[in-house]
Amino acid sequence: MIPYKTKTLANGLKVIVHEDPSTPLATMNILYKVGARDESPDKTGFAHLFEHLMFGGSANIPDYDEPLQMAGGDNNAWTNNDVTNYYLTLPADNIETGFWLESDRMLNLAFSKKSLEVQRNVVIEEFKQRYLNQPYGDVWLHLRPLAYKVHPYQWATIGKEISHVENATIEDVKDFFNRFYCPDNASLVVAGNVKADKIFSLAEEWFGGIQRSVVKRSPYPVEPPQTEKRELTVERDIPFDSIYRAYHTCSRLDKEFYAVDLLTDIMNRGRSSRLFHALVKEKNLFSEINTYTTSDFDKGLLVIEGKLIKGVKMKDAEAAIDEELARLCNGEINDEEVEKVINKVESTMEFSEMDLADRALNLAIADYMGDINLANTEIELYQAVKAKDIQEQARQIFRESNCSVLYYLSKTQSN
Amino acid sequence: MQNIVDRSTPPSLKPIEKIIIPHAEKHMLDNGIPVYVINAGLQNLVKVDLIFGNLSYDPSQPLLSSATNRMLAEGTARHSALELADLIDYYGSFYGTEESADHCSVNLYSLNKHLDKTLPTLREILTEAIFPDSDLATFILNNTQRIAVENEKVNSIARKKFNEILFGPKHPYGHIMTADDYSAIQRSALKDYHVRQYVSEHCTIILSGKVTDETIKLINKHLGDKNWSRSNGQAAAGVPLSSASGRIHRVEKEGAIQSAIRIGKKMFTRSHADYPGMAVLNTLFGGYFGSRLMSNIREDKGYTYGIGSAVVPMKDHGYFFISTEVGSDVTEAALTEIYKEMIDLRETTVEKEELETVRNYMLGSFIKSLETAFHLSDRFKSMHLSGLEYDYYDRYLAKLRSIQPDEIQALARKYFDPESMTELVVGPK
Repeated sequence: MIPYKTKTLANGLKVIVHEDPSTPLATMNILYKVGARDESPDKTGFAHLFEHLMFGGSANIPDYDEPLQMAGGDNNAWTNNDVTNYYLTLPADNIETGFWLESDRMLNLAFSKKSLEVQRNVVIEEFKQRYLNQPYGDVWLHLRPLAYKVHPYQWATIGKEISHVENATIEDVKDFFNRFYCPDNASLVVAGNVKADKIFSLAEEWFGGIQRSVVKRSPYPVEPPQTEKRELTVERDIPFDSIYRAYHTCSRLDKEFYAVDLLTDIMNRGRSSRLFHALVKEKNLFSEINTYTTSDFDKGLLVIEGKLIKGVKMKDAEAAIDEELARLCNGEINDEEVEKVINKVESTMEFSEMDLADRALNLAIADYMGDINLANTEIELYQAVKAKDIQEQARQIFRESNCSVLYYLSKTQSN
Repeated sequence: MQNIVDRSTPPSLKPIEKIIIPHAEKHMLDNGIPVYVINAGLQNLVKVDLIFGNLSYDPSQPLLSSATNRMLAEGTARHSALELADLIDYYGSFYGTEESADHCSVNLYSLNKHLDKTLPTLREILTEAIFPDSDLATFILNNTQRIAVENEKVNSIARKKFNEILFGPKHPYGHIMTADDYSAIQRSALKDYHVRQYVSEHCTIILSGKVTDETIKLINKHLGDKNWSRSNGQAAAGVPLSSASGRIHRVEKEGAIQSAIRIGKKMFTRSHADYPGMAVLNTLFGGYFGSRLMSNIREDKGYTYGIGSAVVPMKDHGYFFISTEVGSDVTEAALTEIYKEMIDLRETTVEKEELETVRNYMLGSFIKSLETAFHLSDRFKSMHLSGLEYDYYDRYLAKLRSIQPDEIQALARKYFDPESMTELVVGPK
């Protein structure tokens, strides 16, 4: 249970406070409702590059990190397809430093040319380190455009290609800032050893004078239903063949999401799960296998990915996956199996409330989903799911025409 | 609208004064197992951490202790691996293991309301493991594949190779596990090691979370009996270190577009008098976002996504290392800058302001590292396994508060001689 109080400033900034007097710390979490899905197709990777630039100095503060560290604080940020999230933690006595830093960079950035030049290089090295210089690293660069033809989820947060990051200009940066970095496109959560009244007045003082956005946001293109199976094969210098199957499914915001999430848990969460047991332990077809949903804010994907044991034929591996999918669609899902995965969700939520920063993030995400109290009530939505709901989702999702398959094969291995 | 707030001067800061470290409370089970209790937090959950010091290391069976520990839950005479996993998962609990060259541990995370149901399974796993042949075969197969994938990553190759250079291939700190090591695992050896290692005399328990008298009673009920007491394990005997000769090492990784760089040297354990001071020097040099290495090599030059350094204390030794992955075309330039930063700390005294930032950052991080019961458990564990008491943290914090620029420079002169550093680059020709 995460208690909270909330207030919306005149400029549209939502402020949420969670008081926890048991800690000497405070966390400030600012979520901007912008991600890679807001990029134009010829300038991808921009939301993430922009996140880097948010540390390159703001209107009145040349260096973001140094004053925070001087205050005993630490920070980080991340970007995905839907969200850019910034958070800092520091001794609660120094929370005003957080207000000063975060409000100044929401007010205006320094737009330094040097910062853009350096961060372009840093992001290009990140692109290489995480996507190009790792075995299996570029899988999502292929899988996304296979599964999405219209919706911007067709590119990864890092961008379609390095050149998009290389070509970013200071005008692009300014334009992006003006469109998305506004108080009415953000939520501010402050959690820890703080008083709500004091936080509301600090928020008014530091953020109240920032102008709301002037740009109207347009809706995202809707991905049309997939009507036939898609396949793509790539060959790489990797030791083992692997397979990635992506099925279209609902969004994080849809009511069916909870059944789909539990479906993937039954399939693949932990060592007692169906796919792990049958395909890794019993049949020795895969060295590892994972099933998960992408939990996106628009319609997302359910992904099954596995690395084959050396010498196993792809068609045998696929047949074994299909057998498990058929069992889910046509066989029995018993109540005990459903209870098990619901119990796991319940304890995971309890564990996720230990850290202050995680509580703050839970509140911010719930607010973005449309109801802050979901941070406390979402467990009930899981508990209401029945075996038949899960089976219904399985039947709807696991249709061949709804599937995109990426065969990611070893050049050195002949099958 | 008001917009009168003064943005040009930062809000005034309050100094970080008193830091309170809640101490673990020691209890004893009926069979003599020490239980260290950290009772903190609001969530109704608990972590049970069982730690076993490794027995003597045999270089011909380098995987013996870690494979035994990782395979404990793969089956008993009463339950298969699947049934054991089901018994844990049904109650929303999490079972895990951790292995290092010095210790192995088994952890159970559970909601308090289910602890009585999950502890019997934990006990069964610990004392009745039988290491079934088919599960062992799967374990060997999957780990052999995992190693092959890891060996494609420049960073993994560098991490393993660097330790081998420092500690020697025959020492548990330096040995690189190979597919052959996995294939050589014998079920009989695991069973034999299990009998000697997993006895109450070798066990230390840390309980953290919401721990009541009732929790301790439950632990005593399921783990406090004398039936798993057997004092016939041998204490760990040291294996001599053998470092590779030469300062500069290169490993070719064909087709890589980035190079992994590791630079460092053997150092010391947590009990060494210079450890707290080195922790400060390391943070300033490469241990936080504002460090010299990050500021120069990432934030000024853009050579890398990240660079960092660390002082790593182990039970009998320790080491210092710098690690980064950089574009292959800038490898030499990055090396030059890394050494330049070392030399600068030796030749020039740091500004008071910079040291103050590091000091405050570290004090803030320290408070953060005490945040939850699990954090406190980790704090206790690293101290206790180094053979230290809580006064170690008093000394550490006192040094952190008092250290001055001249002492930082003296430490840099003592430990940051570039000629004393081992350098490894893994990348294209």
